[in-house]
Amino acid sequence: MPDVTKTADAAVVATPSVDAPAPQAKPEKPRSLWGDAWRDLRRNPYFIVSSVLIFFLLLIAAFPGMFTSASPTAGDLVKHYIGKPELSKIGSEGWLGYDIQGRSVYARLIYGTRASIIVGICVTAIVTVLGGIVGMIAGYFGGWVDALLSRITDIFFGIPFLLGAMVVLQAFTERTVMVVVFALAFLGWTQMARVMRGAVITVKQADYVHAAKALGAGTTRILFRHILPNAMAPVIVVATIALGGYISAEATLSYLGLGFAAPTVSWGLDISAGVQAIRTSQHILLYPSIMLSLTVLAFIMLGEAVRNALDPKLR
Amino acid sequence: MGRYVARRLLQMIPVFFGTTLLIFLMVYSLPGDPVAGLFGDKGASPSTLAELRHKYGLDQHILKQYWDYITGIVLHFDFGTQFRNDRPVTEVLGDAFPVTIQLAALAFAFELVFGIGLGIIAGLRAGRLADNAILIFTLLIISIPVFVLGFIIKMVFAFQLGWIQPNVSNDQLLSEMIAPAIVLGGLSLAYVARLTRTSMAENLRADYMRTAVAKGLPKRRIIGVHLMRNSMIPVITFLGTDIGALMGGAVVTEGLFNVKGVGGLIYESITRREGSTLVGLVTVLVVVYLVTSLLIDLLYAVLDPRIRYA
Amino acid sequence: MRGAKSAKWVAGAIIVALAATACGGGNDGKGDSAGGKVDPNGIFSVELGEPEKPLLTGDTMESNGSAVMAGLFSTLVDYKADGSLEMINAESVTSTDSKLWTVKLKKGWTFHDGTPVTAKSYVDAWNWNANIENAQGLASWFADIKGFEKVHPEEEGAKPTAKTLEGLKVVDESTLTIELSKAVPYFAHKLAYIVFAPLPESFYKDPAAGGQKPVGNGPYKFKSWDHKKQIEVVRYDDYKGPNKAKNGGVIFKNYTTLEAAYEDLKSGNVDVLRQIAPKDLPVYRQDLGDRAVDQAYSAIQTIAVAFYADQWKKPKTVDPRVVQGLSMAIDRATITKTVLNGTREPATGWVAKGVLGYQPNAVEVTKFDPAKAKELIKAGGGVPNNKISIQYNADGGHKEWVEAVCNSITQATSVECVGDGKPDFQADLTARKEKQVKSLYRSGWVLDYPVNANFISDLFRTGAGGNQGDFSNKELDAKIAAADSAKTLEESVKAYQAVEKDLVNYMPSIPLWYYKVNAGYSENVSGVAYGQDGDPILTGVEVKQK
Repeated sequence: MPDVTKTADAAVVATPSVDAPAPQAKPEKPRSLWGDAWRDLRRNPYFIVSSVLIFFLLLIAAFPGMFTSASPTAGDLVKHYIGKPELSKIGSEGWLGYDIQGRSVYARLIYGTRASIIVGICVTAIVTVLGGIVGMIAGYFGGWVDALLSRITDIFFGIPFLLGAMVVLQAFTERTVMVVVFALAFLGWTQMARVMRGAVITVKQADYVHAAKALGAGTTRILFRHILPNAMAPVIVVATIALGGYISAEATLSYLGLGFAAPTVSWGLDISAGVQAIRTSQHILLYPSIMLSLTVLAFIMLGEAVRNALDPKLR
Repeated sequence: MGRYVARRLLQMIPVFFGTTLLIFLMVYSLPGDPVAGLFGDKGASPSTLAELRHKYGLDQHILKQYWDYITGIVLHFDFGTQFRNDRPVTEVLGDAFPVTIQLAALAFAFELVFGIGLGIIAGLRAGRLADNAILIFTLLIISIPVFVLGFIIKMVFAFQLGWIQPNVSNDQLLSEMIAPAIVLGGLSLAYVARLTRTSMAENLRADYMRTAVAKGLPKRRIIGVHLMRNSMIPVITFLGTDIGALMGGAVVTEGLFNVKGVGGLIYESITRREGSTLVGLVTVLVVVYLVTSLLIDLLYAVLDPRIRYA
Repeated sequence: MRGAKSAKWVAGAIIVALAATACGGGNDGKGDSAGGKVDPNGIFSVELGEPEKPLLTGDTMESNGSAVMAGLFSTLVDYKADGSLEMINAESVTSTDSKLWTVKLKKGWTFHDGTPVTAKSYVDAWNWNANIENAQGLASWFADIKGFEKVHPEEEGAKPTAKTLEGLKVVDESTLTIELSKAVPYFAHKLAYIVFAPLPESFYKDPAAGGQKPVGNGPYKFKSWDHKKQIEVVRYDDYKGPNKAKNGGVIFKNYTTLEAAYEDLKSGNVDVLRQIAPKDLPVYRQDLGDRAVDQAYSAIQTIAVAFYADQWKKPKTVDPRVVQGLSMAIDRATITKTVLNGTREPATGWVAKGVLGYQPNAVEVTKFDPAKAKELIKAGGGVPNNKISIQYNADGGHKEWVEAVCNSITQATSVECVGDGKPDFQADLTARKEKQVKSLYRSGWVLDYPVNANFISDLFRTGAGGNQGDFSNKELDAKIAAADSAKTLEESVKAYQAVEKDLVNYMPSIPLWYYKVNAGYSENVSGVAYGQDGDPILTGVEVKQK
């Protein structure tokens, strides 16, 4: 599935890349890029809506017990199919109905949040750090280092994302959260490496970097004090948008039967189980799909908002 | 220009071998014996298994296997044979690619026309109602998983309205491909629209636009030539990498609409450990990716006169 | 993707020829109900996945290939719904001691290329299929015949010392004798299997071509195979067998998913389905009315014990009472009704329905009784670690019922139970073969030949092909050997019936439920019935005039 590659791609090319000037603070105003961005964000309704949504999702993922007392795994077959939603009883065990095993759909939604959020955040973190380092080294040092690292990146990029993830997942007989994270990160880091490399090459040519070099600053200092903070903007944008894509990718893999396996509770698993019941009990498919879409939407909206704030050309 | 192309072509060589080796090693490390899997629950004698392993060269060292395989492809265009049914992989790929290319081309045309169209509308009306409506529409498409989107389209247009056949038949008519192409291209459409919009909005404020307006050029020309030409670079980059992605990423869509193309073949060869088929698929997709990315880079020079390749 | 048949490797592809109406579930057998007249040359279509292997008699063991092969080849005998034999290409199959068998052929039969079917056609085909150098998956079917080890040595890398099976002799044009290495009372039933089909002379010149364009002796002649699109067969007009086709031919249409096939059935693009997609199961009876098929076939789902696993072995071998308890903790009736949508029928023994020697309510341990379950587990010393897992393949549609079974066990006995899903059938099988199953595993069995021995001897004998859990018990082995050496088929079947009842004292596996064919057909056809292997009986289908 091209979701993730596309997500990241879209952002890669949309952010100021090789030929765009680096965002610079104007000398008369001691405000930083980040300060500007923050002021901009606070006024953006998309940012507010998505932050509130994400806050709630994180809360649910961290403390699922706060939202429901029902068990996501213990089912009572008597409620199978008969357990239609009773939407008026908001928050009760059966208000979103029961699934094929007679388990509370609501409880599974709540407990499934954690898997999706962990996958999204972990994959993004790993990919950003790994890809970021590779991209930074390649971009800063150039020459044969760049050539070597870029070719390695190309090699991993050449394998279609979904295909690669499927093969990696197939290699593991236990499908824990960490295995799924690994499978998605295995090919996902190439995006970040490319974005970071592009950003570093741009920033490297900025006057203040030359100035720091002239003043005798060491490589480490230049990299971490001067280049990294200024090259981070596009990476953060891509990362936020990609996070939503990874969550969606996990669901797709689970739909194909290659993602999580029971007893892990995940929306992707529930969606693929819900497809089986589509002719009689649509609610089993409906609610996890809505949750999944909302979550992906929240992160992509956040990414859009952050991009608008960080890209001075759009201001 | 010629030297640039030559250098790029040279760079492709290690990538080609690296990618094929990587996928070869990945498939090789999968648990599950492809030969034992041929016999299912009831099993076969060890001697039968050994005989088959020998027949398909599976008893050789992994690197030797890779070497034999890749020289077969490069020198004789021979992608090996499937374990299951003894069919040459070249033939299997030859069956799968045409329909997938058809589907991908249709999806591509769809995202090109509607994606750029919506993007232009949104870009020219940045910040206004149309822009926000398009933003919400595209974000929604992005956030709905492919399999749910496909399902909805099938439910509504095939079962409720009866406008389309639910599945692609064996004749693989172009008219049957429209629905799967929309599902396949939907996501990219949304991205193309977002990209076009962002790029247009950026460039609207560029100096050359002001100059063009000041020169008194007609609006049609300003937008059609000056603005479009400069705004299309990021869009084209995306579209370029998307060709390969559309071809290799249709696993879900093809399954939903009974299209017997590359997507289904990918799934099948992974679960059946058909290493030679999977590596063959990846080989073709890698070549597609490498060639399109070269073409895109060359296209930059056409679109943006500032870019010159020595 | 494709929702493969639950017992994915449906092995026995045998047409139950004239028994069509006898076991036809939703079949009214009239054929002109919709007013249309029957067109004797009408061609109909059947849903089919791409056969995994070439169409070779010795190598076709999954359900897609079998369905086609069943039309292309006829074997010596076939069996009826009650498990009794019917002669097809054989005039007679006789033996006085169950060791030396004499087969007489019907005269005048020809292959589709016009050459005659003789005793030699059979003997040569069997020798070819048994030879290790041809690496045919079904070669072990000839293991009963004298001299098999010489043609097909067991060890890896061993070379054959003979090219032909010593026990096979051509007496004359239409007579052959088969000498077995030991008595097998039910050997004649095995002859119905596709691996025992004859092959024409032309086959040996190019076996690879034979796998792509098979030339058989069956009611249908091969026409074309457009890979992953369709396979076409047409009626063979010179067919001499009792099961002559009542239609002009069959098109096997390829579908990647059962969902798609079902949608096409409803819109009239395909005529006969072999199974219904899980998502359509709850509604297909309403959708199709009397064109919905719901009928038992001879296959069983069990949960087998991995006796080599530390859990069951250390410190001492598990008490059968513990397994009995687990069995009684499973609410089969509710699970089959809900999660499985009525597509299975609770098992009451180890031998599936429709098999010679099937006895209803053979054992008591399949009754749901939580109190008794707890008691038995306690009496047997409890489940080690109080935790079990059930291994299954996630690509076979087993996940839902495994979860439900686990829930049932946990609720009834408070033994912790989790499903251990392997990503696909390959990984599942590898784990079983390499003895890595940690606790219990799913194990399905479809009949190979319609005798109860197939469900006992081939599964629970020490070292048997289907015995992957390393179950081994000398007492039981002796009882099985005794049943095998019975003088007549009837006595052997009886002895095996006693062994089945006795299995509760060993509990090598937990019987769950019997399979049913859940399928359907379009308004264009009638007379659609399904055999004991779950496949539609092609020859009996009648196509309505358009």
